[in-house]
Amino acid sequence: MKPKIMTQTEFLHIVMPFKDKVFRLAKRLLVSREEAEDATQEVLLKLWKNKTKIQEYKNVEAFSMTMTKNFCLDKLKSKQAQNLKLVHSNYQDNNTSLQKQLEFSDSVNWVAKIMEDLPEQQKMVVQLRDIEQYDFDEIAKMLDMNNTAVRVALSRARKTIREKLTKTHNYGVK
Amino acid sequence: MVLNNIEQLLEKYNNGETSLKEEQQLKDYFKQETVAPHLEMYKPMFAYFSVSQEEKFTKDVPLKSNKNNLYKWISVAAVAVLMLGFYFKSPLTSAEDLGTYDDPEMAYLEVKKSLEMISKQFNKGASSINYLAEVDNTTRLIFKK
Repeated sequence: MKPKIMTQTEFLHIVMPFKDKVFRLAKRLLVSREEAEDATQEVLLKLWKNKTKIQEYKNVEAFSMTMTKNFCLDKLKSKQAQNLKLVHSNYQDNNTSLQKQLEFSDSVNWVAKIMEDLPEQQKMVVQLRDIEQYDFDEIAKMLDMNNTAVRVALSRARKTIREKLTKTHNYGVK
Repeated sequence: MVLNNIEQLLEKYNNGETSLKEEQQLKDYFKQETVAPHLEMYKPMFAYFSVSQEEKFTKDVPLKSNKNNLYKWISVAAVAVLMLGFYFKSPLTSAEDLGTYDDPEMAYLEVKKSLEMISKQFNKGASSINYLAEVDNTTRLIFKK
């Protein structure tokens, strides 16, 4: 059967469920909100341009996450080459509207800061597992790693976060 | 949930061995007001994960159709062709400068020569219309009566 041309509505129907995940992964890597927004638009535009192809993919979501990863890593690489420093000033724009969450605000932001210092691969693994709750096979596919490597990276990242939080907790260092 | 169980799960969690379901149990446990004091440091971590999960992409999804692009390029090409047309046209009009005479005597002679030539050619042209008089003659013959 010949694939028919996808309409905008059909396309949006496909990408809507995971566009936030694309954005969050981009933000995890690029840190700045604006840059993550630009990256997300770029990725979605690329998907739209390849709309005839994406109908053939079984898992458009996984494909899009891989695309996001590659796009952001390229961006970081070129940025490093230009010797530019990342600007990050938007930890606050999480949904910390509830009073209960405000109490945590400081220590929660501290977790964001800790995650920023993780190596890129560990950042992505934590993002995809602890925040997006993908299973290990999906993450392995998205990041082009094997299952064990994903678990190892995840374990390292979690232990680093725990250690830094324990230190903060014990000494009140912020 | 039993504290012992939570501690075991955390051990597994830190080794990257928990299932999604077990991780949800941990998240639920740390959502509580009070947790065991020695596990307090995990609280902001799981809180951060939950908060991060809620972040949304609020910008528009950019969809440009290829058709619009084509029209855009056609108009660009049309403008380029027009500009080229003007560019090549203008030097031709200025090249039609045929020069002038400085001496009035010379200019008079040249004008006279030109006018003579025009009149000569005109008469030559007009003489060839003389046969039209024949048409008159013929019509007179027919409509005599």
